[in-house]
Parts: sequence; C-alpha cells; structure tokens
Amino acid sequence: MKQNFISENSEWSFELIDKYDKAIGEIADSYGLDTYPNQIEVIRSEQMMDAYASVGMPLGYNHWSYGKQFLNVEQNYKRGAMGLAYEIVINSNPCISYLMEENTMTMQALVIAHACYGHNSFFKGNYLFKAWTDAESIIDYLLFAKKYVTQCEERYGVETVEKLLDSCHALMNYGVDRYKRPFPISALKERLAQHEREMARQKQVNDLWRTIPGVRQETPETQAPNFPNEPQENLLYFVEKNAPTLEPWEREIVRIVRKTAQYFYPQRQTQVMNEGWATFWHYTLSNSLYDQGRVNDGFMLEFLQMHSGVIFQPDFDSPYFSGINVYTLGFSMMRDIRRICENPTAEDKKFFPDIAGSNWLETLQFAMANFKDESFIQQFLSPKVMRDMHLFNVLDDEHQSELEISAIHDESGFKLVRDLLAQQYNLTNKEPDIQVQNVDLKGDRSLTLRHNQQSGIELHEESAEVLKHLHRLWQFDVHLESYNGSQRVSQQECVANQASA
Amino acid sequence: MNYVIDRRLNARNKSTVNRQRFLKRYRKQIKRAVDDAVNKRSITDLERGEEISIPKDNISEPSFRHGKGGTRNTIYPGNKEFNAGDRVKRPPSGGGGGGGGGDASDSGEGEDEFVFQISQKEFLDIMFDDLELPNLVRKNLTDLESFKMVQAGISEEGIPSRLNILRTMRSAQARRMALSAGSRKKLRQVEVALEEAEPGSDEIMALLEQRDSLKRRINRIPFLDDFDLKYNLQAKLPLPSNKAVMFCVMDVSGSMDQSRKDMAKRFFTLLYLFLQRHYEKTDLVFIRHHTSAREVDEHEFFYSRETGGTIVSSALKMVDEIIKARYPASNWNIYVAQASDGDNWKDDSPLCSKIIVENILPVVNHFSYVEITPADHQALWREYENVSAEWEDRFALRQVVEPSDIYLVFKDLFQKRLV
Repeated sequence: MKQNFISENSEWSFELIDKYDKAIGEIADSYGLDTYPNQIEVIRSEQMMDAYASVGMPLGYNHWSYGKQFLNVEQNYKRGAMGLAYEIVINSNPCISYLMEENTMTMQALVIAHACYGHNSFFKGNYLFKAWTDAESIIDYLLFAKKYVTQCEERYGVETVEKLLDSCHALMNYGVDRYKRPFPISALKERLAQHEREMARQKQVNDLWRTIPGVRQETPETQAPNFPNEPQENLLYFVEKNAPTLEPWEREIVRIVRKTAQYFYPQRQTQVMNEGWATFWHYTLSNSLYDQGRVNDGFMLEFLQMHSGVIFQPDFDSPYFSGINVYTLGFSMMRDIRRICENPTAEDKKFFPDIAGSNWLETLQFAMANFKDESFIQQFLSPKVMRDMHLFNVLDDEHQSELEISAIHDESGFKLVRDLLAQQYNLTNKEPDIQVQNVDLKGDRSLTLRHNQQSGIELHEESAEVLKHLHRLWQFDVHLESYNGSQRVSQQECVANQASA
Repeated sequence: MNYVIDRRLNARNKSTVNRQRFLKRYRKQIKRAVDDAVNKRSITDLERGEEISIPKDNISEPSFRHGKGGTRNTIYPGNKEFNAGDRVKRPPSGGGGGGGGGDASDSGEGEDEFVFQISQKEFLDIMFDDLELPNLVRKNLTDLESFKMVQAGISEEGIPSRLNILRTMRSAQARRMALSAGSRKKLRQVEVALEEAEPGSDEIMALLEQRDSLKRRINRIPFLDDFDLKYNLQAKLPLPSNKAVMFCVMDVSGSMDQSRKDMAKRFFTLLYLFLQRHYEKTDLVFIRHHTSAREVDEHEFFYSRETGGTIVSSALKMVDEIIKARYPASNWNIYVAQASDGDNWKDDSPLCSKIIVENILPVVNHFSYVEITPADHQALWREYENVSAEWEDRFALRQVVEPSDIYLVFKDLFQKRLV
C-alpha cells in the first residue's frame, strides 16, 4: 500500500487541520455528501464552556438560566466529573464547528469528519431542517434577538424583562408548531416587519377585547362561538397574538422565545438520526483515510478508542446506565442499513424487501433526508440491531404490583419492540399534550387549557408553577383541566392572588 | 470553501453577564452560604473562593412534564435472562437501572443541591456586601504626593513628543491660505488676462513675468512656521490620598492563650481584608504588649508567647508615637483594632481612656476594641464604655466568646447605617 501520511504524531497545527480537512473533504465528496461551507473555529476549553452554556447558540440574549447552566458545566468540568464534548456544531451557513485547543490531531480529524461533514450534511439534507430552519439567516436573527432584548432591558429594566423571559421559558416547549409548516425566519424581514407587526398585533388584540358595544350581528341568545375555534397547541403563539394586556414589546419577546424554540425543534426530533449519521460518517471517512494510506496505525488506534467510547452503551443494569445512547443506536442502524444493502440475509429480504441489495449510498441518503427519529426507527430498525443491542420492553402499569417484560428481541417481539422504541422518540409522547381550549371572551377573560392524559399519566406537580408563569403572560385567571379520554380527572387553576404569592 | 479560524484569543467570558445575573438572583441564598463558610473557615483560608451549594428546588425552571402514574413502556438495552411475559419486582425508585428512559422516572431526584464555585473576589464581595467603613474620608489635597497627568487642552508651547499634528497642520494650512490670498487673487486675474491677450504682444511678456513673480511669492510662504506648532497640554491633577494604615494591638500576657489569639487574628484578618477593598494600599502595624509594648512582625505578633502583667496604656502610647512619627493623619486613613481579654493593671485604665480620647481618636478614622472573654467585664471595659458614649461614630467595643461570634461582631460593627 502506498503510504503518504498527513501527520505522524499527535500535535496539531493549523496547517495540518487544513490538510486533514482537505483530505476528508475529498473523500466526503466522493461519497456524495452535500454540505454547507465549513467554518472551523479553534477555541479553548473556557470558550467551550461558554458555548455549552448558551445551549449551542453562538450568541444569545442574556438570561440568568444560561448563567446557571454555565456554573453547572464549569463545576462538573473542574471536578473532572464530566469531560467537555469534543465539538459543538451550529446549524448555519457557513456551518460553524468548534474544535478544542486541547484535542490531539486525531481528535481534531475525528471532529472534522463528524461535525463538518456528518452533521453539516445532515443539516443541509434532512427535510425537517429544510422546512423549519433557515441556515442562512439564523446568526442574523439571533443577533437581532439579542439586541432587541438588550434594548428592552435598557428601556423597561432588567428585572421586568427577566421575569417575562422566565415565563416564556417555562412554556418554551409549547412554543412550536408541530404540524403546520412554518415560514423560514429571516433577520432582515424580521427587523423591517417588527414595527409594523407591533401595530397590527395590537390592533388585532384590541378588536378581540373591544368592550364598547359595536354593531352586533348576532343576538345575545345565540350561543357565543368558542374562542379559539379549534384547540391551539402553540401556547406561546396564542399568547403572543391574543393575550389581552401585553405591551407590544412584550409580544415581541414572546415571539423571540417562540422562534428560538422552533429553531431547536428539528434537533430535538432527530437526535438518533443526526448523531447516528455523523458517527457513521466519521467512522467511514476515517477508515477511508486509513485505506488510502493517509494516516498511520497510531492514528487509527487512537481513533478507534475514541470511537468506541462514543458508542459505548452500558446495559440497563449497569451503574453507568442513563438511557439509550443515541450515538450507539443511530450508528448501529446506519451501519446496518449499509449491511442490508450490501450483504442482505434471508431475514433482511423478508423485513426490508425494498432496500435489501440496493445501492447503500442512495438508501442511506434517502433515509437521512426524509425521516425523523420516530419514523426512522419505525422504518429501518432491523432485527439484527435489536438482537445486537439486546433490546427489551418493560411495561410499567401502576395497577400491577410487578413490572412485565412484554417483548424482547425475538421473532415474536421484533415488531412490538420497534413500535415502542419509535414511540419513545416521539416528542409528542415525551411531553404532556396540553392545548388551549377556550377563552371566556365575554366574561372574566379566563383562559382554559386542556391536558389530554396519555396512558393515564398525570401531570408533574411543577405544572402549578408553570401556570403561574402563564398567568403572568395572560394576566387573567388560567385553568388547566386534565382529561383521560373524554372524562375529566382533575383540574387546577391559577387565579389573580395566587400568582402574586 | 472552508475556513479555519483561530478564536482562542477572543473573549472567553461570554457567560460573565449571565453568571452575574444568576448570582444576583440568588444573592440571598448565596449570602447565607458565604456567611456559614466564613464562620467555619480557618483564618488563613479567608482568601480564596468558595464552593456554594443551594437547594435545587429554589432554582428550578418549571415546565409541563409527565408526573406519576399511568401505564408506560420503556425499551432498555442489554437484556440477559428475560423472556417475553416475565414479571419482575418493581425496583425502588431512583435505584439501579430504573432511571433514564422516560423523563418521568427522574422525578425522584429533586432534592439534590446545586453546587458551584465562586471566585475569591465574589466571595469577599458577598461577604462584605452590606458592610461599610465608617468615616471614610479622602484625606488631604494639600500635601501633594501623588499626581495624575490629565489632558488639559492645547498649548502653543511644548516638547516635540506632545506635538498635536492635526492641529498643527490645520493651523499651518489656514496661515498659508490667509497669507497667499492676495497673491492668488492677482494670479487668477493675470491668468484670465493672459488668455484674452493677443498672442506675441508685449502685454503677454509683462503678464508672464507678473505671473511668475506671483507664483514665486506664493511658494515663498513657508509650509510650516513656528507659530503653527500646537502641543497637547498636560496638567498635573493632585490625587487624594488613598492609603490606610491599620494598627493591630493585642494583649499577649499569660492569660491570652492560643485560642484567644486565634480569635483576635480572625478579627484582624477580616478588618484587613475589608480595608484592602477600600484602599489601594494598606499598611499594617503590629503592636503587642504586656507590661510594655513592642512593635513586631506578623509572625511574632501571633505566635510568640510571653507572660506577665498587663499595662494597656503602654501600647496605646506607642500607637500615638508611631502615628506622629510615620503616619501623619493628614495623609493616612488610620484604623486601630485592639484585642484583649480585658485584664489591665488597675490604675492604668483611666490613663488608657485619656490617651485614646486626647491623642488617638482625634486623628483616627475608627477604633475598634474586641474583648475576648467569657468572664465579666473589668475596669478597662467600663472606661471604654464611657469613651464610646462620647465618640459614638469612631469608637466601638464588642465582646467575643466563641470563634463563631467574630464574624457577627464584625458585621455588627460595620453594618451599613441608614442616615
């Protein structure tokens, strides 16, 4: 084999990073990975902690919760309880990846393959990211948001803004449209439209809450129509558009939090796929480098050690166990898709008649582009992966004194395990289903939310706190009713004097 | 196109603002933790950061989550002996492999403490948060020892290194324009005349000559002249003195054992740290005394032992002498801290209060006396009480019994007072 090592020891330099990036980029090209341009930034560990604390946003508005996050990361890192991630990558164009100064050359190469080509191509190719985020403008939008929040702080006081943000953050997970297809955000339009929006929004709200009797079409006897006409899943959007007494700037901040939540929504829906895809490609690309004689055995050994660390999956009874490792699951599935394409067994042909024996690269690209975790698992989790990971299901019914192992990785259990694992990654199952049911327009302006219990699971006690936050935004009484099917099982509320307590 | 950018030199404290906001928000809890820590710590330890822990409940960010009950399925990896249909006992919540999986099963762990580190500066900030130095006066503008040079406009005179080039060139240009105005006007007229004149005529020759002489005249105006030069003027601004001296006076007679000295040292250390925060420079003078007083270094002050009777006035006399000799009150902020177990030669106490009232109190910013004894007060305390009544704002005395009292006493002494 021709030997042409790029480097032979573990020291990195900018020149070497460049060389590795070129080499890896060429191979990625040959596999047809379509990526945004890369912007690789070398940073120190303190800066990495900063990046962590801002939950991966390169710039964010100021809020104490990010400070808390930072202190937490700092403490854990200093005590050695936690290593920092090797990289952070941002879904933007150009795609920004952070490399840590402390990493060895091998690690930098791994990170380049993982982030700059793996994640990057995922951001560009996956349908959720295409539909929900706009890589071109996210940085500009975040900058706009940061400036706007700072302006508000100057004008209305840090504390006022902080309280508002607290309330919005409490509802952040309910600030996304799950089914509607959104318009991508653009910072420029955002700025231009902002003032206009303020006026229009206020007008709309004023109309809704008009107290002067107008020319009434309906007679008082006809039943008042329910408002909203249909239940609303996006609580923050509903608040932004309809809260009776919010100031225009407050509505804008609600909107900013909502938009940020929406930006992260695809990431939360594609953890297995995104990490699996990136891990698959750092593995494949590094092996190609080795096959081409560009890296030596030392590089490969270090690489494999790190790679196996990344995809280590402790068993359920291990003290290290903390849920299923998304890297392991994703990587195993991606590799298995390739195997099914290249060397299908009789079982594969039965389970995957469409893809067994097909072109693996095309099949993988198709899988990456058109699925999210839930559907990806439903579609591609093979019996072999279930067997290799020894997956089994535990049924926990509060009415039973014992847990039941309802399915394991055997012939009769495959389908059930696959269904249940897919459900486990369905975000709508992870979070309680809460929607806006009704607003008492003519009466006390109270807001009623409806919680539909899933499998009889109650709401966490914390929800009382969340209601207080919602009350702060809505300003009038807030009711939350829990239903199990069509039967109301419990109710809680937050009325004026409670909220101030 | 790919770029590699070195960001290592960029600011790394992006999170500072957020961190400060967090600390501010939980000031009360953090303050409590700091106060506890001050009491627990050994004296030499006061100058470092602290690990603060506050209950997680207080700082949680609530959200709608799943709670208890219901039916749930969870997929786990690593099956070893289970078969479909097996039944197993429910593990105690939070134990072993029970965690993870669904979000809901984390709920048992809400009791943890949120632990984080604050720096020494933050520690001291919080520790001295609501304290203030009484009688803080910026001393003395007359005895000019320190100056700051400040920008004081523009001058016609100066040294070349302070030349203000912009102003100089501006003024040179203005001068050139002004001096050449007449000649240039004539030149313009001549040039117009030249164009209109008949070619080859005498008039042309005369005009050409006139033009050349005008041009020469314009060129003769110097580009830069002496009086164009402008200099940045700097002025000396006297700085108010920003230095303090702290006298540590301690009784080292036989009755002061090591634990009492440790308590005294704690008090001195606190006061020293506190002063350091207010003054650029803080001198320390250690005076120990039994029947006679001596100025010593820090180590000897705290660790050597002597026996014998006690005459407090000897030390106070020495303080007075040192102030007169080395620390003129006009230049220095003077603080005196005295620690003793209250013993004194019977006839000496009135003398002490006389020295304090007549010589020391008029010049010092603050005098604090700490009596470290569980026993009843003696003559010295009573004398001092009288002084304190008279000089309420400058003289304070407190009693300390246990090490944990020190910080409380200290806080009490320097509590911010509402005017």
